[in-house]
Amino acid sequence: MASAPSKLYSDDVSLVVVLLDANPFFWAAGAGGGNHPAATLPFAKFLDHVIPFLNSLLLMNQLNQVVLIATGINTCGYIYDSGNGGPEGSDNVSEISSEILLRLEEFVCKDRKIGKGTERAMGGSVSSLLSGSLSLALCYVQKVFRSGAIHPQPRILCLQASPDGPEQYVAVMNAIFSAQRSMVPIDSCVVGVQHSAFLQQASYITGGIYLKPPQLDGLFQYLAAVFATDLQSRNFLQLPKPAGVDFRASCFCHKKTIDMGYVCSVCLSIFCQHQRKCSTCGSEFNQAPREPNSASDTIRKA
Amino acid sequence: MHTINKPTKYRISLKEPGIPGVLRMAEERFIFTPHDPRSLLKLDVPFRSIKVHKFSKDGSKQALLNLLHEGGGYIFEFDSFSDRNICRDFVGKILGKLQATCPSKDDKTVPDKTTPAPGEQLSPMEMEHRIKLLRDDSELQRLHKQFVMTAILTESEFWATRKNLLDDTTIKVTKQRTGFKSTMLADIRPSTDGRTNKVTFSLTPEIIHQIFAEKPAVHRAFLDLVPKKMSEKDFWTKYCRAEYLHRTNNSVAAAAEAAEDEELAVFLKHDDILADEIRHKIRRVDPTLDMEADQADDYIHLQDHGLLRDGGKETVDAESELSRRTLSQDLNRHAAVVLEGRAFDVELGDTRTVAEALARSKKGPSLETFDKNESQERLEKACRMTEIEDLRGPHQLPYAPLFIKDPREYFDSQQANALRALGDSNAGFKNTDYNFNLEESYAYLMKQISEAKVTGLNDIVQSDVALKVLNGLNQHLSSTKQHIGKGPFESVLDQLPSRTKDELMIHWSSIQELLRHFWSSYPITTGYLYNKVLRLKEAMTQIYNKLQEIKESVQSDYRHLVSLLVHPMLQALDAAFAHYDSEQQKRTAKGGAMPNGFFK
Repeated sequence: MASAPSKLYSDDVSLVVVLLDANPFFWAAGAGGGNHPAATLPFAKFLDHVIPFLNSLLLMNQLNQVVLIATGINTCGYIYDSGNGGPEGSDNVSEISSEILLRLEEFVCKDRKIGKGTERAMGGSVSSLLSGSLSLALCYVQKVFRSGAIHPQPRILCLQASPDGPEQYVAVMNAIFSAQRSMVPIDSCVVGVQHSAFLQQASYITGGIYLKPPQLDGLFQYLAAVFATDLQSRNFLQLPKPAGVDFRASCFCHKKTIDMGYVCSVCLSIFCQHQRKCSTCGSEFNQAPREPNSASDTIRKA
Repeated sequence: MHTINKPTKYRISLKEPGIPGVLRMAEERFIFTPHDPRSLLKLDVPFRSIKVHKFSKDGSKQALLNLLHEGGGYIFEFDSFSDRNICRDFVGKILGKLQATCPSKDDKTVPDKTTPAPGEQLSPMEMEHRIKLLRDDSELQRLHKQFVMTAILTESEFWATRKNLLDDTTIKVTKQRTGFKSTMLADIRPSTDGRTNKVTFSLTPEIIHQIFAEKPAVHRAFLDLVPKKMSEKDFWTKYCRAEYLHRTNNSVAAAAEAAEDEELAVFLKHDDILADEIRHKIRRVDPTLDMEADQADDYIHLQDHGLLRDGGKETVDAESELSRRTLSQDLNRHAAVVLEGRAFDVELGDTRTVAEALARSKKGPSLETFDKNESQERLEKACRMTEIEDLRGPHQLPYAPLFIKDPREYFDSQQANALRALGDSNAGFKNTDYNFNLEESYAYLMKQISEAKVTGLNDIVQSDVALKVLNGLNQHLSSTKQHIGKGPFESVLDQLPSRTKDELMIHWSSIQELLRHFWSSYPITTGYLYNKVLRLKEAMTQIYNKLQEIKESVQSDYRHLVSLLVHPMLQALDAAFAHYDSEQQKRTAKGGAMPNGFFK
């Protein structure tokens, strides 16, 4: 695919693509109360923080554009695009808010309907389709790149709640690399239980910000203070840096996150067990896996 | 064996006159006693130190015997060849005997520092490699000292993980190949002895090889003619003759000779193979290079400019084919050959084999095969260089296309595996974390959305929470700024006192070494490995304690920094200990006694 022909951004106009995690399992887990993040910050409250944030992004610059994409467990979809609003409609904050909520409702219905047909959701998959929504966001960005010589500076903000789905590793990494290639930073704000290795890597590779706010009821403040700044201003600001990045990979064969594994010498595919043949590029590995101690063993016996 | 006594002269070097004396040879050693008792040049040398003996030919000027040792030799001049020969034979016998009885006297060079493990035979060469590596790399030496000398690791274990180092050095030992000399063949001048008209050329195998490489036509002619039509000697005579004619600029004589003798003509003619090659090369010249535009830049067309060759100025004689071989052409050709280097390794002895080997090596990349690619490439290059930017679409960035050999296999196998894995892993997860089933979850989510609709947006952030967030963020920022450093290249380590820094680095490399050995010992299949792991664990525990000590001993300013640095080290060690313990448990669970009687 050809990359963008030119990169003549107007430097203080942003296009922010926000990925909203609408994972029913995660948000419903807060219903019982307790220590779960969804209990301190139920979905309704979460939206209370996010929607004003979207509005404030639009306030910062008249030309700013915001796109909201919802990430479900069966599908992903565009929820809101400030560029689509009619000339008179998009000004009103409450209208934007109700539009978002309405479309979100439709999205959740659709997500549920798709899930009914298949066994996937019932099989126990609880992770959201981050790879899908990242791809949607990147497609949107590419469309904007092609719209003309002057376009807003794009960036992606992931509001992630549910844990990573290791089975999406390859797809997510591919999305991350294409974001890196088209110079789109991926910011991540994790409101879930654990850190997200995917998003740590995504933000690290693309030069975005990764933050897991400790104080969830102040989410809006985090969003406004850290993630609202446009790319130009970031050069002059001291923004939070992660202490470390979890670089672990998932294996291609069983989609498990692994510390140590086998790597195809031809295409660098990762496997947790020794394979006779690389499933990606078809290279054959003739030699049986050397038991780690066999070499020293033979030396000793000799 | 008997001893022999012979009068001889000892000569310190060939230039100096000898010192008369008596050479006495016995089985073990030889002794030279000068006649002049005041002389200090008394020799007493054991034969063990002698490597080779050399001697002058019978009938030559002096009867010499040279006994070579490392770094020099003892030269003796005898009065007669018969005396010398007796001594020579005697020395030969003794040296032969010595070599047979002790095949390598290098045994003693194995230093006490590195004691090979029992059962491991190391050649002195390998030993020297290792010692050299240790000497060159102080870090390696430290590790070696720390682990091998304290018997935590054996010598072979230590080096087993560094095979690449050992291999590298063996590669380096291979001999460097010599290329062609950069002097031109023109320097081999014919020598004339003023009396007769005889002209002598001297050709060595080296020169012949060079001629073959520089003059493909001569090379071809040699392959064609020798030895079918003429002998090698005749061939070279002809060649030299042609060369002489060319050199003397005797174009008339040359033309006459060429007409008579077609073989000779080959050497005088313009080299067609070279011309072909040059034509190919010209076709491959960068299309954007405009040679015509540069034509007048060399002053050649001006008076008093030009090159002198063989004493006379190169005259441009349009009639003569010969004169086209100009000096600059020769120079260019020579430069090309020297740069190309020697493509093959053949003993320069037999001219025929050299010629054939050269022919073989030239056959490999024939010019025609990549000519097509070349012209295509040239066209593309010309397009690229001469394009007008605004008339063209954007460049395609080079990228490697995704290559999945068999998509069905790729996706199907992954899907199957993934589903299986998910089935296992999520069963427990769901019970603990998610009290709702799918339908209920969706219903809850919908309820939340409608709730948000009803309540609307008010009181997003409480002021006290906002303050907390602000303080938290600021603190986080200032602490990371202080701890991680301002620039990304500024290391935390540099802020620490150098002693602590060194200590940490040392521990870190030791831990790496230990962990590498630790993990490579699993799975434990033999009692040997069991013992090794036990030793390693001991050593790791010691380091673990030392790290804790460092953490406690540093000043309070640096404590946080140090603990950040030490943390991953401790984690790595903890992982190893955990693995060790779980393995240990498995062993005991299996029934205690292990195959080799090890149990805990």
